[in-house]
Amino acid sequence: FLICVAIRANYPLYIRSVPTQGELKFHYTVHTSLDVVEEKISGVGKALADQRELYLGLLYPTEDYKVYGYVTNSKVKFVIVVDSSNTSLRDNEIRSMFRKLHNSFTDVMCNPFYNPGDPIQSKAFDSIVSTMMVQAC
Amino acid sequence: MEPHEEKPIIYTMENKPIVTCAGDQNLFTALYGSLTQQLPREPMEWRRSYGRAPKMIYLEANFVQFKEELLPKEGNKALLTFPFLHIYWTDCCDTEVYKASVKEDMQRWQAALRLHGSVDWLIAVVESDNKKKNKTNILPRTSIVDKIRNDFCNKQSDRCVSLCDPLKESSRSQESWSSFLMKLRTLLLMSFTRNLGRFEDDMRTLREKRTEPGWSFCDYFMVQEELAFVFEMLQQFEEALVQYDELDALFTQYVLNFGAGDGANWLGSFCQPVRSWNGLLLRRPIDMEKRDLIQRGEASLLDLRSYLFSRQCTLLIFLQRPWEVTARALELLHNCVQELRLLEVSVVSGALDCWVFLSCLEVLHRIEGCCDRSQLEANSSHTVGLWTYATEKLRSLGDLCGLVSENGPNSEDLNKTVDLLAGLGAERPETGNYDEITPYKKLKEALSSVEAFEKHYLVSVRSLGDPQSAENFLLDSLKSYVSESWSLPLTHTRKQIAECQKQLQKMDEYLQTSALLASDTNLSDEERRHFCQEILTFASQTAEGKGQQKDARVALSMSSVTRLQELCFRPSSALVHVSAALLLELRLCSLMPVPVTLEHISASIHFTEEQPGSTAQKRAAQNPDGTVTFPAASPASASALELCEMLEHSPSDNTLSSAGLACRNMHLLMRRNDSATSLDTPNTALTALALEDGAQMLRASDVTLSPGNNSIVFTAPPGVYTLRQLCATLGRVQLVLPHLYPVVQYEVYSQEPQLSIQPLTVSHLVCVVVSEHLLAGLPQQVKFTILTGHYSVKKGDALQLSNTDSMPVLHSSTRSARILSSSAELVAESALSIQSSEKVTSISLPVTPPYHTLEFLLDVLCHIPSCPARMESERLTNGQISHRTRSRTRFNSGMTLIDQKVSVDCPWSIYSTLVSLTFHVPFKVKHSLLSVGRRKFIQVCLQNVSDTNFRLTNQTLTENQHTPSLELQQCVFSVWELRWSGVSPVSLHCEFSASFAPADAPDAALKPYRYHFTLERVSIRPAEGEQDCRTGALCRLEVSLTRLSEPSDSDEEYSDTDGLRTTRLLYEVIDNNSNWAVCGKSSGVVSMPVAAMATHKVHMEVMPLFAGHLPFPSIRLFKYLPHHASPVIPPDTDSCLENDSLSLDDQAETASLRSRGSVQSLGSGESAQPRGPMPKRQAFGPGQVFNGTQGQQVLVLPAADHHLMEVNVT
Repeated sequence: FLICVAIRANYPLYIRSVPTQGELKFHYTVHTSLDVVEEKISGVGKALADQRELYLGLLYPTEDYKVYGYVTNSKVKFVIVVDSSNTSLRDNEIRSMFRKLHNSFTDVMCNPFYNPGDPIQSKAFDSIVSTMMVQAC
Repeated sequence: MEPHEEKPIIYTMENKPIVTCAGDQNLFTALYGSLTQQLPREPMEWRRSYGRAPKMIYLEANFVQFKEELLPKEGNKALLTFPFLHIYWTDCCDTEVYKASVKEDMQRWQAALRLHGSVDWLIAVVESDNKKKNKTNILPRTSIVDKIRNDFCNKQSDRCVSLCDPLKESSRSQESWSSFLMKLRTLLLMSFTRNLGRFEDDMRTLREKRTEPGWSFCDYFMVQEELAFVFEMLQQFEEALVQYDELDALFTQYVLNFGAGDGANWLGSFCQPVRSWNGLLLRRPIDMEKRDLIQRGEASLLDLRSYLFSRQCTLLIFLQRPWEVTARALELLHNCVQELRLLEVSVVSGALDCWVFLSCLEVLHRIEGCCDRSQLEANSSHTVGLWTYATEKLRSLGDLCGLVSENGPNSEDLNKTVDLLAGLGAERPETGNYDEITPYKKLKEALSSVEAFEKHYLVSVRSLGDPQSAENFLLDSLKSYVSESWSLPLTHTRKQIAECQKQLQKMDEYLQTSALLASDTNLSDEERRHFCQEILTFASQTAEGKGQQKDARVALSMSSVTRLQELCFRPSSALVHVSAALLLELRLCSLMPVPVTLEHISASIHFTEEQPGSTAQKRAAQNPDGTVTFPAASPASASALELCEMLEHSPSDNTLSSAGLACRNMHLLMRRNDSATSLDTPNTALTALALEDGAQMLRASDVTLSPGNNSIVFTAPPGVYTLRQLCATLGRVQLVLPHLYPVVQYEVYSQEPQLSIQPLTVSHLVCVVVSEHLLAGLPQQVKFTILTGHYSVKKGDALQLSNTDSMPVLHSSTRSARILSSSAELVAESALSIQSSEKVTSISLPVTPPYHTLEFLLDVLCHIPSCPARMESERLTNGQISHRTRSRTRFNSGMTLIDQKVSVDCPWSIYSTLVSLTFHVPFKVKHSLLSVGRRKFIQVCLQNVSDTNFRLTNQTLTENQHTPSLELQQCVFSVWELRWSGVSPVSLHCEFSASFAPADAPDAALKPYRYHFTLERVSIRPAEGEQDCRTGALCRLEVSLTRLSEPSDSDEEYSDTDGLRTTRLLYEVIDNNSNWAVCGKSSGVVSMPVAAMATHKVHMEVMPLFAGHLPFPSIRLFKYLPHHASPVIPPDTDSCLENDSLSLDDQAETASLRSRGSVQSLGSGESAQPRGPMPKRQAFGPGQVFNGTQGQQVLVLPAADHHLMEVNVT
């Protein structure tokens, strides 16, 4: 299973998980992992060399799944949660998934009809996430 | 390999590289102390192969006596026991002795070394002065060294070193020591490089063979660990850790490959079922038990992982990186669980939980052992993961063994517990040496009984057991979920809160939470119904214990259950008078899963003390159709910026000086988040739910709110009210919506009676359409409209109209009044009686109920004043301005207006009402004086400017009679000749009169029209007893300026005071037709006294240039403004200064004749002469100056005959 989230200032703009059962647990997990993102961002701030690196790596390993984080320059956080038994997804794959998410997210933000702060309802964004989920599962 | 059992917990590596010592043992024993002491004093740079970075290392060595058994046998790869250097010690200084015994001994030693292929050796020759002194005659000492070098070190002279007086404190001794140590270190490092390099090569070869069938990971593990040991021995912990990490990665890769279907044979041994789950063991640097298992190839996956991790942990602690241990531990534990799953290893359920729990605690214990308390607290973020993991596992163990169930464990659970405890095995002695409670003991105890489990579980999860503190924690997290709008966690947390509150019997809060949950779409229908039922049950309970519960009612926030969507007024203006019905319709969307019957729903209203009508702006939120839409409240929209455009124009030229955006709701956004209370959190909302007592209410009873949209209708009481709260009562439960926003107001008003008089558009009398205005001079109908308001007209009430001369009320037959209801429906028609006395006309009104309209018609006549006001287009006339009626001119139609005020006394008021009616004078009259030679004619022009056609008769000035009919916009001109005998009068007062009537009216309707006018000085002054002027002769021109009226008081420019108020005037005599030549000054400034009929005369000389009837030279008059007067003077239209006449006196006497040219040049020079501050001249407005000699001519006789002849000749 896999879950994707885009979050701005801890407000979830988009959250979707496959499969849908146990969604609550994932929401909790994602919410918890935001603290780790926060921690990592403040840590990155100190090391200037690392500032261009948006990928935060593994945030919050648990027995069953892995939580990866990514933060844009405007502090929009992306979180991907994957099953930890899914060994085909390495760092590089996750990284490219994040990059795709980020690009699509930028497109959504460029939409003049999008109201900043609203939940994302873009079909294009949705389909990008769907293809990633199909690939990953 | 030495046993390590007796080592302390903080393990220091006791292994050192082995150096063997052969030769003179006594000598070595004497030197041993200082050697071991001095060797590690200075670091050496160790250059590494394969481009690895050089390192500085401090060398130490374990010096042992040389034995042949120590030399490694062929195939033995053990590195720890490998002697890296062999030293032969001798203090022989005697050649004989050397030759006799020492050389032989050395040769044997060398042979043994060579046999084992060892090339790392050193011969140390110790020289001492003591010995030298004893044997003075012997060969110089160098020769022994030379000899040894010669015998053994062919080409490797550095393999033999001498050490001088090592036991003495001399500089020479020091020097030789340091060079000896240097050599020793260099050789040791050389040996390390060579031997480790060879070892690594072998190891790599072995690793390359891993695809071959017989390869075993365990064997390889042992080899690489050997290398790690050596690095550890050399204090190169980093390097050692790398070796273990490589092993870790290799193993992980194999497991992953296995998962992908590529299984290696040796992995089979790791796939055996897990039988023991006694956790990590980190107290010992090397867990020999597990190492043996690995060596024998019998280790399980957990064994291997545990061993690997314990080694990594040891090294990390050496490296002072304890926090990496915790991170790695968590990763390891997760990983192991995954790997066991991947390898499909069968595990007793709960066994892994035990293993993880024990391991977590063991790691934490280990970390606590090497850090002090403050460090631990500062780095709690690193340990928290392990603590949670342990908690989780303990919890799941509790679940598994039935320790958290209400009934306690059953037999099946107990069996499981026994199995699990068996897997823990016996506590190993090395962990049991301490009084403290080990993880092992903890787990065993926890699993043994329910009470113990609870105790242990609650120690790790301290406060969650107590519902009170749990509620507080949950409320905290709820706040963050609400503010960040995470809906699923929000619902779940709320459910937990509800449970806590139910346990705590916090009914108010519980109901509030239930209300929120009942309307939560994230929950299933069933759950929602449950919570809804909870509220309904509570509501239907009668408050039994009245004594303890004073306030049996519970107020809940309505917004959690229903959403107010719309509010609709009928009629839409939300404005009705007292007796009419105002309906208020609420549209509520119920979020409840089931229909709810409310006993009544009420809206409290607040009287607004404002003037009626001023509420109009405040009702901006109300749509024209009377609906108010309430925005759906959501936390996201509440915090959105409300921006508005700000443009600033500069005040001088209205250009844009700045543009910007302003945030309207900054005060909301900028306030601190944590202090802001959210309405959604039940406990804070409750305090805000105070009902407004004593307020007026709108009520609706027995309302059923079904899920979805509902509408409720209220009827409103009189007054201007603002809706404040909504409250629904449901048994003991009240649902309250504390504030309504946007502000909604309605108005039920009471109105004062009003009277208005308007011209009637259709005149019944003449059946002619009179376009919207009243005409003066004709009987006109006006319509009286009375809005009764709250006043009811009683019998005998009458309107009293005060009569005026200029506008009498005409008596006519009894008229009827119409009574209309407020919705303009005809209610009744009744007679109206009018009585008129000398001063007052009284109209008695019919009985009319309040809020009705009474209408009736009345005929009035406005007399046309005989002296119409002067019109601007006219030359000034001296008409008397009526003081009673104020007249003004409508420029577009040219009609004169008369405002007629009527004073009306109304029965409902003690004050008189003044009503103003405007009448239009239908005619415009103009007169002019025409001259033909000496005959004078007066022309009177009468123009119809109204829309009505008129018949005109009886125009009289003299006795002439005409009967023309005056069509629309038509002018009737009447001309009379003016004759007089004797001296002409200074002014002539005339009266023009005519009768008129609308064209189709009978003769009886003729109305007189009079027009008074005055001709001022229509005098033409003939030459006073003189003969006519002649060409070429100078004549006197007398210019007489007369002020006809006093200037109005407001004109300041006229009040130039020097005793007498005067006005300065500039006159100018110009003849444009070249008839006259002006001699002397043609212009000048005169001072006119400010008094009516003041006259100023100026004399000047002119000369006619032609014979015949010449018109007078034109005289122009200007206001002369001195330079100090303000430059901009508004044209003064009311000033009545006139130049009336000028007279021309012929003069026979010859005066200095000046050429016209010179006069002109003088005039032009004068006008061109620059003055400092230029005085200004300002022309009079049209009609302000009357030229009395306009159009008059003067007879000029031709000059003498010769002159004429001369003309003829030329």
